[in-house]
Amino acid sequence: MNNLKRTLRELARYPSAIFGLSIIGILVIVGILAPILIPYERAIELWRGGEEIWYANPRNVPPAWINWFRTKKLVETFTLDSAKGEAEKLVDSVNNQIVLTYTFEYNYDTFPQEIIFYFRAQYKQQKPFVSIVWYTPDGRQIPIDNLALSTTTTVRFSQNERLARRFIDTSPVKGLFIDPTSDVKNPTIVKGTYKIVLTVTSFEPETNVDAELVVHGQVAGWAGTDHRRRDLGVAILWGTPVALLFGLMAALGTSVLTMIISAVGTWYGGWVDELIQRITGVNLVLPFLPILIMVGTFYSRSIWIILSVTIALSIFGSGIVTYRSVFLQVKESPYIEAARSYGASNARIILMYMVPRVIPLLIPGLVTSVPGYVFLEASLAVLGLGDPVLPTWGKIINDAQTNGALYEGLYYWVLEPAVLLMITGLAFAMLGFSLDRIFNPRLRGQ
Amino acid sequence: MAETQVVASKSSSEDTRKVLLSIQNVRVWFELRRFGFGIAGYVRAVDGVAFDLHEGEAIAVVGESGCGKSSLMRTILGLHRPREGQVVFEDKVISEMGREGLKWYRMHVGYIQQDPYGALPPFMSVQRILEEPLITAGVHNKKEREERVRKVLTEVKMTPVEDFLHKFPHMLSGGQQQRTVIARAMIRNPRLIVADEPVSMLDASVRVEILKLLRSLQASHNLSFIYITHDLSTVKYFSERIFVMYAGQLVEKGPIGKILKNPLHPYTHALIAATSDPDARNAETYKEVPPGEPPSLVKPPAGCRFHPRCSRIIKGTCDVEEPPEFQPEPGHQVKCWLYK
Repeated sequence: MNNLKRTLRELARYPSAIFGLSIIGILVIVGILAPILIPYERAIELWRGGEEIWYANPRNVPPAWINWFRTKKLVETFTLDSAKGEAEKLVDSVNNQIVLTYTFEYNYDTFPQEIIFYFRAQYKQQKPFVSIVWYTPDGRQIPIDNLALSTTTTVRFSQNERLARRFIDTSPVKGLFIDPTSDVKNPTIVKGTYKIVLTVTSFEPETNVDAELVVHGQVAGWAGTDHRRRDLGVAILWGTPVALLFGLMAALGTSVLTMIISAVGTWYGGWVDELIQRITGVNLVLPFLPILIMVGTFYSRSIWIILSVTIALSIFGSGIVTYRSVFLQVKESPYIEAARSYGASNARIILMYMVPRVIPLLIPGLVTSVPGYVFLEASLAVLGLGDPVLPTWGKIINDAQTNGALYEGLYYWVLEPAVLLMITGLAFAMLGFSLDRIFNPRLRGQ
Repeated sequence: MAETQVVASKSSSEDTRKVLLSIQNVRVWFELRRFGFGIAGYVRAVDGVAFDLHEGEAIAVVGESGCGKSSLMRTILGLHRPREGQVVFEDKVISEMGREGLKWYRMHVGYIQQDPYGALPPFMSVQRILEEPLITAGVHNKKEREERVRKVLTEVKMTPVEDFLHKFPHMLSGGQQQRTVIARAMIRNPRLIVADEPVSMLDASVRVEILKLLRSLQASHNLSFIYITHDLSTVKYFSERIFVMYAGQLVEKGPIGKILKNPLHPYTHALIAATSDPDARNAETYKEVPPGEPPSLVKPPAGCRFHPRCSRIIKGTCDVEEPPEFQPEPGHQVKCWLYK
């Protein structure tokens, strides 16, 4: 406990350690929050979900915050659902009429991709009838459609024939926002409060109609969307605990096992030591990534299998040699001889007398090796060998690559996970280097 | 000075006390491995050592570095297996003991090391260091362990105990470190203490204190004590008998008074002559040391192992045949042809 306090106090003297620790702290908080905000099953459902879950999102749009850096504001994606009270709903039971009024501010310099109404109607036999009218801020009134509603009806403005006929020069959605008096070549957008009024005429007293207005803009959410309309935020959020856990578990498992194996070999000596050294020698020349790719291709892409194989292949790494050199020295210490003389068991000597001596070597090494494993998991995912179920940072990059994100200029799609990976790596590296200086004071600068 | 008084010696042959530890013709040889296969030879670290140690008796094994003292001590501790001969503790042969037997044996033996700082694990507190032997002995009751730690710390005069319990070895002075090592050796209430040069790495000022402490512990607990040293000046504090070791063999055994006053073996002569006591006369006298180096333990000289360095060599005898043990006076044995 005192040691921990002392180490922390020493760490506070290194700005890089504070920087690294705070980033790791944030990542850990996100990593803890992610499964709370989006439980595991829900995250997988979301990530595998299609149109039925993500209908409200446009495809391939950047995050909303890029508007902060633009003078020409891009249209934000939004929905207004009368069932949630986001539209004004007037029920006139005398005339059997329901009037839904949707109002929204429009101050953007571009057009939305699409405007859609999703109707949900409850009736017995007689279908209710709806008329959709568009009111512009400059007082024009554009009738859009009149139609009978079945239980679920979808009206897409871009496919509306009446609008298509009305706006010959442009697309139906754009036409609704253009000032008709402006130049056709260089149209201006009418900004202000738009209103859509749905007048539903019902023929049965029990009839109820609700409608959700979905406007697909040019930006969406805090992380943007991908080719399947999915919110990248889900994968960014869920990628954090996956990356951290994979990195930490692989680093911890590898370091601790390597150290213990090395200690056992050094302590017993003889053929045990010899065997461990030979295995290490062979293992060091084995190609690591190709083996993992083969496992991923032919056996399983489960993150747990990949983690186990990673640890198994890393145990007999160069660490064995480093630790061995320290253990050989420790083994001859008089205090070990004393422990033998009072009959401490081999296991006790290894774990309680030898291992504590290499902890100062172990901890910085462990911390600095975390990013390597985080990147490994991402690299495998980029190569298409990521866990088939979990959303991870690497899989976002993989999706972006297979869908030509950079070719189409969708930089956010690649940059978001890439920057996160880099920040994670940087944070652990900075903390690791500072720890190294604390635990191995000879490295300390003047 | 009271401390410098020689402990009253009893002749071992007349000793009526029970024999606690018996070393019977022990040989400890280490293999010299050739690169690849086979054995190139042996280092004969201990080559035919025999003596009995009685209950409550303190003996000193004296010899220069590399004479096999430490190997003998490790064999007694059960850390080396003798190639030949036996170490018998209370009529039980150590090398034939199983795991449980060895555990029992180790309960009765305490070990005090030379380098007190190296002997204490740097990452454990004093309390933890002292608890370790109890834990391995199967004392699971934490309260009992703590009580025993406090008791033993009081015994080695590290008081007030609270000041030391939570300190780490590097926070202690050399003397305190050595007291901790002694406490660790004492905590299981052993009957035999093996001390390997317990004061050689301490400041001269602390030495006498530690030796007095060892003496009082030995007396109050009726401990058998094997004191290994290269420094004859510290021997007289509490040893009853001295064994002089040279090149893996005991060349002279006898009560301390007889050996210090009347050394028989030429090597013992040389050792005593080389002893430096803080005495003004020492500054003027020239210390005669035997010429040459201690012999190789891989190929020891034929005959008496001391003959190449001996000033009283009998040509044709000393360099041909190994001397047996002669007994020129009762309780005093010497391995030298001069006393045939």
